[in-house]
Amino acid sequence: MKPFDYIRADGLDLAAQQLSHNGAMAIAGGTNLIDLMKLQVETPAALIDLNPLPMNQIANEGDGLRIGALASNTAIANHAKVRADYPVLAKAILAGATQQLRNKATMAGNLCQRTRCYYFTNIDQPCNKREPGSGCGAIEGIAKLHGVLGTSNQCIATYPGDMAVALYALDAQIEISGNDGAARTMPLREFHRLPGETPHIDNNLDAGDIITGVTLPAPVGGTQAYRKVRERSSYAFALCSVAAVIAMADGRFTRADLAFGALAHKPWYDHRVGEMLIGEKPSLALFDKAADLLLEDARGFGANDFKIPLARRTLAATLCEATGVEA
Amino acid sequence: MSAHLIQDEPDTRNVLDRTTQGIIGKPLSRPDGLLKVTGTATYASEYDIEGCLEGVLVTAPFAKGEVTSIDDSSVTGMPGVVAVLNDKRMTPRAIQGTAGEAPHTGLCKVDYWGQPIALVVAETFEQARDAAKHLEIEFNSEDAIFDPAACTPEPDDDPTRQGDLGKAMSDAEHSVDLKFTTESHASAAMEPHAAIAQWDGDTLTVHASLQMLNYNISELADAMKLDESKVRLVARYVGGGFGSKLGVSQDIVAASVATMQLGRPVRVVMSRQQVFQNVMRRSETSQRLRLAVDHHGKLTAFGHEALVSNLPEEDFAEPVLQSSHFLYAGKNRLLQSETARIHRMTAGSVRAPGEAVGMPVLEAAMGELAEKAGIDPVQLRLDNIPTKHPATGKPFGSHKLAECLQRGAEAFGWDGSDRTPRQRREGEWWIGTGMASAARVHNVGEAKARVTLHDDGTAKVETDMTDIGTGTYTILGQIAGEMLGLSQSDVLTELGDTRFPRGPGSGGSWGAASAGSAVFVACEALREEIAQKIGQPVDALTFKDGLVSWDDGSVILADIANGENFTKEGHFEPGDIAEDYTASGFGAFFAEVAVNRWTGETRVRRMTGAFGFGRVLNAKTARSQCLGGMVWCIGSALTESLMFDPTDGHLVNPDLAEYHVPVNRDVPDLDVLLVEERDAVASPIQAKGIGELGMCGGAGAIANAIYNACGARLYVFPMTPDKVLAAMPVD
Ligand SMILES: Cc1cc2nc3c(=O)[nH]c(=O)nc-3n(C[C@H](O)[C@H](O)[C@H](O)COP(=O)(O)OP(=O)(O)OC[C@H]3O[C@@H](n4cnc5c(N)ncnc54)[C@H](O)[C@@H]3O)c2cc1C
Ligand code: SF4
Repeated sequence: MKPFDYIRADGLDLAAQQLSHNGAMAIAGGTNLIDLMKLQVETPAALIDLNPLPMNQIANEGDGLRIGALASNTAIANHAKVRADYPVLAKAILAGATQQLRNKATMAGNLCQRTRCYYFTNIDQPCNKREPGSGCGAIEGIAKLHGVLGTSNQCIATYPGDMAVALYALDAQIEISGNDGAARTMPLREFHRLPGETPHIDNNLDAGDIITGVTLPAPVGGTQAYRKVRERSSYAFALCSVAAVIAMADGRFTRADLAFGALAHKPWYDHRVGEMLIGEKPSLALFDKAADLLLEDARGFGANDFKIPLARRTLAATLCEATGVEA
Repeated sequence: MSAHLIQDEPDTRNVLDRTTQGIIGKPLSRPDGLLKVTGTATYASEYDIEGCLEGVLVTAPFAKGEVTSIDDSSVTGMPGVVAVLNDKRMTPRAIQGTAGEAPHTGLCKVDYWGQPIALVVAETFEQARDAAKHLEIEFNSEDAIFDPAACTPEPDDDPTRQGDLGKAMSDAEHSVDLKFTTESHASAAMEPHAAIAQWDGDTLTVHASLQMLNYNISELADAMKLDESKVRLVARYVGGGFGSKLGVSQDIVAASVATMQLGRPVRVVMSRQQVFQNVMRRSETSQRLRLAVDHHGKLTAFGHEALVSNLPEEDFAEPVLQSSHFLYAGKNRLLQSETARIHRMTAGSVRAPGEAVGMPVLEAAMGELAEKAGIDPVQLRLDNIPTKHPATGKPFGSHKLAECLQRGAEAFGWDGSDRTPRQRREGEWWIGTGMASAARVHNVGEAKARVTLHDDGTAKVETDMTDIGTGTYTILGQIAGEMLGLSQSDVLTELGDTRFPRGPGSGGSWGAASAGSAVFVACEALREEIAQKIGQPVDALTFKDGLVSWDDGSVILADIANGENFTKEGHFEPGDIAEDYTASGFGAFFAEVAVNRWTGETRVRRMTGAFGFGRVLNAKTARSQCLGGMVWCIGSALTESLMFDPTDGHLVNPDLAEYHVPVNRDVPDLDVLLVEERDAVASPIQAKGIGELGMCGGAGAIANAIYNACGARLYVFPMTPDKVLAAMPVD
């Protein structure tokens, strides 16, 4: 761990300025950042502790819900309105990490958590994400955790988290305060990036940007499910996950918002998959067709080849459960 | 002052059944439990020592080659940095259990990725860690082989060949010829390897996390070129070892070199990643099983072959076949093992070396054989229990396999009914059951312990034996209390210091029987002395609650002492009894699993283990050992695997987030049956080892249950969802 300065934030504007300095990084729960600092993967010159900022409220906003950037994962998952109206979010959060970690982990920190790629976290290995231009250790190495969709020849890492997968299905918006103090909002589905030629950039935050909150649209009801496939029943990252918000009328899909975790560098939302389901009667054959579309361009790298059939099966399992199709 | 017992004959006196204090075997709680849960038990690195410097190991970013230069000046100016050490006494590899010497010293030659190459010492830990990352080194690296299948293995010394296996296989009514693989395992003990070394100009004192101080003192003295009398090792509490702390690890020698060179105490704690990368791994294995039965269900062919690996110049080879030699009968036998020399970190003892991976594979193969032959798997085992060692002809000291199978089956509700797979589904989960035998050779070693009876009627036990979380403090106090007629609270046990009488330490499940016997021998001598003082034969005396009584008299133990302390040193030696008998623990596992039909995720729903391991010294600590073993069965069956990069051989998952040991939710209610047994051959206290038996075979029960549940026959451990899915029949 490199020595660093520690600054407690005193107002959003000042924090944004401090964060614009080279080598400064925001810290929230610290559960991801500090681990990476110990490994010398992250070497901030200064940590700006956001915790003094009043950003942990969860409150109604219009018909929707606004969740502050510092709200803890535990607080979000336990919130009455989240449980009632956005159960997929509560389920996804509770499928992640452990109670102790969720108590510390924040909304914003969770969205910004970095990949668990084994080569990224080992500074003696090549990694284009950690050190642009150094190569990718995973492509020729053990790519078990890695992506099958949207990969590039620079990087095949996955975004590892659970909560964001649900937020993609719910079509949340993210609020960001720029380093000039100006606030902006974007669909969360556009927040994380694919690796392309710039795998060192995980998301669309600029220097000095601070995430201030996430808003959920008015509740859509329906059946909501989050299914996470993992090696052990807790405290393991997903091998594949599916968040689903499903509504039916007259035995046909009227809504099928689906997002997938652990398959790509970002939670994977492919609007075509939901669209092809709308108006159709649920059946195993239909779910298979949806999977064909989802996995059309999927490509494995050896150790993660299994993710392609697994994603197909997990999608079918989730849809069977949500629609009552017997298999 | 010393009493010596060499056990050449079975000890059928069963003295501990005739004593009357009534605490032996009882589920007494640990005297050290409160200290541990309140954080006041001091572990190796936790001693607050004034002026202690902090050392951090620098490790090699390549697997094979040579460090050609280390540029101290790259860090010497950094804040707090005191020294960079690369000394020819330092050890590059963890030392094998019971080595008693330091066969590898000098850090410049590198043989595995992550090997220590230097120690950076600074005033604070953070300064040392930062400097360690900045140290500039130059090296020449060479190509190396990492894949055991990619080299020509060395055959091991003495294969067993009896009869004609090939012919028996082709003549057989039913046979299986199967190949399995198991992956490398880590001990993954909670407490990292850590040491604080202090040199006072004459003596080197090291607080370290170690299992076998008696061997470790020789190893450290050898590395440091010191006389053993100038070395003291202290390990009062050890936060898990599982074999990884049998031998001296690199941190200990590095801290010792540093304190001697710098004249200040030095602490070295391995990071979690360094622990994974540097201490013993269990070898991965490839195994071939050839088994055949005749139409009576009697084994006619028994072939078990294994390929394991290790670094060049290591003597240890995972003894995969250890219990296969005697578990089942069968005339035509072939048991042989080979070792591939590869450049992964040292392979050595990880809990239950050998059986931990040999037994699950054998038992999975037995499961498949039972199916082929149409025999209930419990029956197949019952029908093939040998009456004596099939190769050596030596009789067993005692043998509880049949009873464990029967009692375990009954407790689990195994009814021998239809074993056709894919018969039971609950929602999206396939449910199935499976079983396996357990076996683990019994080991015992020479041990000494001192027992002092104080004039206030309390007693003290002292030995360098360690308590690695297993309950040694508890059972040694219990044995002394039982023998001397004292309650648990009247016996103080002191462990883990080479200033105490020496014993073999903890490892190979031999601690309880060895150190326990030494305590027993000391107590027998004390009883004898008391008997002489009283003028009665010892057999006429009853020791209970601090009172010694006989036919027509009694005396308070404290009064016999009459202001004096009596001390006896007990010295126990196994003698040549092992040449005449086979001693082993046996047991049986029954498991029920649920396999997700969509995802291949497998969860153990319930598991029963029945074990016979000689005298139960404490029903609570013994049960805990069995529970722990069964948890390891779940891990080795379903999740645990060290993964190595194919290009440079580094371990890719060196932490507890990605090396998946079972978590609380993976472990259902586990049912443990302790099958009481007296093994007169095993030790004078009739106890055998229990620390490892609980994991010897259970992963095979889980494998068999997976097949029974969903019809997926897997030949790879661990059976992760990707593997299960690939083997699952399409529905
Ligand atoms: C062993 C382990 C297992 C885990 N398992 C799971 C799992 O199964 N599923 C899962 O989803 N997660 C899992 N996690 C990850 C966990 O969810 C994240 O560590 C946590 O959500 C990060 O939140 P934090 O507040 O602690 O972030 P921090 O560590 O404080 O920060 C993370 C990143 O976010 C940035 N950041 C924080 N707040 C802001 C802000 N307001 N604006 C801009 N940038 C910001 C920081 O600069 C940093 O780069 C696991 C973690 C561990 C250690
Ligand atoms: S997959 Fe991405 S994160 Fe992993 S090594 Fe390659 S570049 Fe780095």
